[in-house]
Amino acid sequence: MVKDQEYLENKASYCLDLAKKLGATDASINVGSSISETVNFRNKKLDESNRSDNLGVDITTYIGKKKSSISSSNLLQDNLNILIEKCIETTKNTPEDEFNALPDKDLLAREIKELNLYDDTHIENDNKIKYLSVLENSASVDKKIINTESSFTEDKSNFILANSDGFCKGFKTSSFVASSVAVAKDDKSMERDYEYTLKCHLDDIKSAEELGKSAAENTIRKLSPKKIGSEKIPIIFDKRIAKGILSTFASAISSSAISRGTSFLKDMIGQKIFSDSINIFDKPDIIKGLGSKSFDSEGVKTETLKLVEQGILKHYLIDTYNGKKLNIKSNGRSGGTSNLYFDNGKIALKDLLNSNSKSLYITETIGHGSNIITGDYSVGATGFLVENGEFKYPINEITIAGNFRDMFQNITLANDLEFQYSTNSPTLMIEGMVVAGK
Amino acid sequence: MSNFFEKSDLSRNEAENIISDTLKKCDDGELYLENSKSESILLDDNKIKNSSYSSDLGFGFRAVSGEIVAYSHSNEISKNSLRQSADNLKSTLKSTKGNYNHSIPKSNKKYYENINPIEQKSLKNKVDILNDVNKYLRSKDKSVKQVTANFSGEQKSIEIIRSGGETLTDIRPLVRFNVSVMLEKNGRKETGVYGVGGRQSYDAYLKEDNWKNVCDEALRIASVNLESKPAPAGEMKVVLGPGWPAILIHEAVGHGLEGDFNRKKTSAFHNLMGEKVASEGVTIIDDGTLDNRRGSLTIDDEGTPTEKTVLIENGILKNFMQDRLNARLMKTKSTGSGRRENFRHIVLPRMRNTMMLSGKQTQDEMIKSVDKGIFAVSFGGGQVDITSGKFVFNCTEAYEIINGKIGSPIKGATLIGDGPSILKEVSMVGNDMMLDPGIGTCGKAGQGVPVGVAQPSILINKMTVGGTKL
Repeated sequence: MVKDQEYLENKASYCLDLAKKLGATDASINVGSSISETVNFRNKKLDESNRSDNLGVDITTYIGKKKSSISSSNLLQDNLNILIEKCIETTKNTPEDEFNALPDKDLLAREIKELNLYDDTHIENDNKIKYLSVLENSASVDKKIINTESSFTEDKSNFILANSDGFCKGFKTSSFVASSVAVAKDDKSMERDYEYTLKCHLDDIKSAEELGKSAAENTIRKLSPKKIGSEKIPIIFDKRIAKGILSTFASAISSSAISRGTSFLKDMIGQKIFSDSINIFDKPDIIKGLGSKSFDSEGVKTETLKLVEQGILKHYLIDTYNGKKLNIKSNGRSGGTSNLYFDNGKIALKDLLNSNSKSLYITETIGHGSNIITGDYSVGATGFLVENGEFKYPINEITIAGNFRDMFQNITLANDLEFQYSTNSPTLMIEGMVVAGK
Repeated sequence: MSNFFEKSDLSRNEAENIISDTLKKCDDGELYLENSKSESILLDDNKIKNSSYSSDLGFGFRAVSGEIVAYSHSNEISKNSLRQSADNLKSTLKSTKGNYNHSIPKSNKKYYENINPIEQKSLKNKVDILNDVNKYLRSKDKSVKQVTANFSGEQKSIEIIRSGGETLTDIRPLVRFNVSVMLEKNGRKETGVYGVGGRQSYDAYLKEDNWKNVCDEALRIASVNLESKPAPAGEMKVVLGPGWPAILIHEAVGHGLEGDFNRKKTSAFHNLMGEKVASEGVTIIDDGTLDNRRGSLTIDDEGTPTEKTVLIENGILKNFMQDRLNARLMKTKSTGSGRRENFRHIVLPRMRNTMMLSGKQTQDEMIKSVDKGIFAVSFGGGQVDITSGKFVFNCTEAYEIINGKIGSPIKGATLIGDGPSILKEVSMVGNDMMLDPGIGTCGKAGQGVPVGVAQPSILINKMTVGGTKL
């Protein structure tokens, strides 16, 4: 069992009291506990089981405007005593920073919304094994599938965030994840692809048959890929990677990148950075939402933000430190976004595929090719050539490149938004990007 | 050395009994104990942004039977916690049978000193240097708009207890110093990043000429990038500089030569042992025995002494990198490549310091032979799809080559290639092998481990450059 609220609160208040006693003017403590159990299958047989029991504490102490932090997985009292003493000592020796402070008291969350993020169901490993057997049988039906690896993870977490201004709150979350990776082979090539399902509640995950079937289909359709020539061509991003565009946008509007001057979106509030039809929300109170939370990692309450309205940038993601630096109040985004998504587009996926006589449908990108300082983007990609709305053949060993400033202005969204992750996008098309191939 | 049982209600003797009892019907397994201390001091935006310290303690208990691995880990080194883990392992392996393999090779060699780098220098000393770094860079060039610099240090003590009570220990120091600088000129912003590190004390990096070299290099790269033009798009010849660009070898072929992917036949190399996989003259080794290198280990995380493993010799595939599990199943021996990020993770076969050895040509000869191509001097991260063999990496410093001469710098572009065929496209191997400065971290299955790379300059006949200029 994960540690209960009372145990975590006791540890947090012990640390808080000791830090104050040793000379901290302020302190903030996060104590967390999680237990995760995973079973892995390979080629229809049990391959691995993994039980993970985690406990951890993060302590930040302030002496005036000086700040330092420690973290530890060893919560024995002796060790906590040594660490807090060390933290205070380090704080004294760390130079002052005028922006160091706990969050403003009136911004702290007063309540925890009931968002239904915890499912108490425990699924025994034998039942995980049953699910995986069905999944792998379903994934292995086609002879072209030569290897399957699947896993089922159940995770339960609890935490308490406490600070010396009296904040002391936390909540339990759970997740159930099943995934399947398949390898398919024909005489010309060997390809890998996957499918997965992740939910807070066990009853909401996809069925094993469906997951296995989908992993196999995703993989088989990639066999015998071709390389195409270098050209300018409309790129359609599958939903599972379209969300990556939103993640890059979120990094570029984080207050730390803005205050440091290391973002291509600095000074763009009020400017039109996307095409007219684009609206972007960050909504923290979606019931069962994978990114839902009542407060951010500093305890500041979170409310829905319409980050982009009709193409115009309305907000940065602000935490306390960078907020003070920029002279803007925190909007509860320390630690990043909650449930971030593009509002649905207006046209059906079918029509998006049909909107050009020739386009590329990308299902996977590799590499770390997003530069948020310059906005330059260049990644390796695999996908399919689409002609007149039809998938013609698989493509690989190409790169796609552009600059986000232009890419954002040229986005068209389909109307197929689903909430599968914490960041979600409908299928999206970007025109004007360059493919490098042969 | 850490005494893991000192503050616990669990005695060493009791732990040994639980281990032996749990593993008696298994083929392999051990209790892995770890105590690590780490610090990080960060200067950013003219200020010391963060000084943090972390202490991490825990165990991971592993039982292996046939192909099945059962693993359980916890932060609490206690009787109750170890028993719970033992029950969890037994429940996974309830119907299996094996013969415990007691043999594990021994060696007295050590590749780094038993030191705690964190305690060797005062916090003030490190803070002062970071402030000096900031002042130095900002005074050197007016267009410097942002400086980020940090020290990180770690000491990790591990103990491995095998069935029957056999015990292996190691204490591993690791430090890193990194500088990132952003320039702004005529409305354009570009960055340069450089770092150094290894398994030694901070002393090697805290001397004035040393940290200034790191700053100068970061500034030089950023200045080059300020002048960069859009990169070309399409297939062309690529000359790679010596040292860190060997990350290409790491991504393109290194991962594909790890034992697990080959046992599972998901690597594009799995059926190529003894075959020609690279041009003549190409020899690649993976070496865990270089003194004080970031990727070096005295013993791996299963207790096997590390070694110098020849992967490809003169173009022919000779060996895969193995941990104990994959070695047993593939009927070979462990190469001391079993590694894990920490006690929360299972052991996987991983790279250590992966190196392509020197050949005979000069970098000049390579550049002169290229009509149209690029010269790549430094890279950011890379990634590979083991199954299709396709890999990418991002240039952080590169130039175009026109008619045998180095031309303008080009913007960061992704290069993409095919792992199994790329080494056959190597047409010249330089005589200038260089080790990287000690900055690499390799990710696999969600686990990051420190690694090193090395190579001479090489000429690749054909790669796709992912620029925007058609």
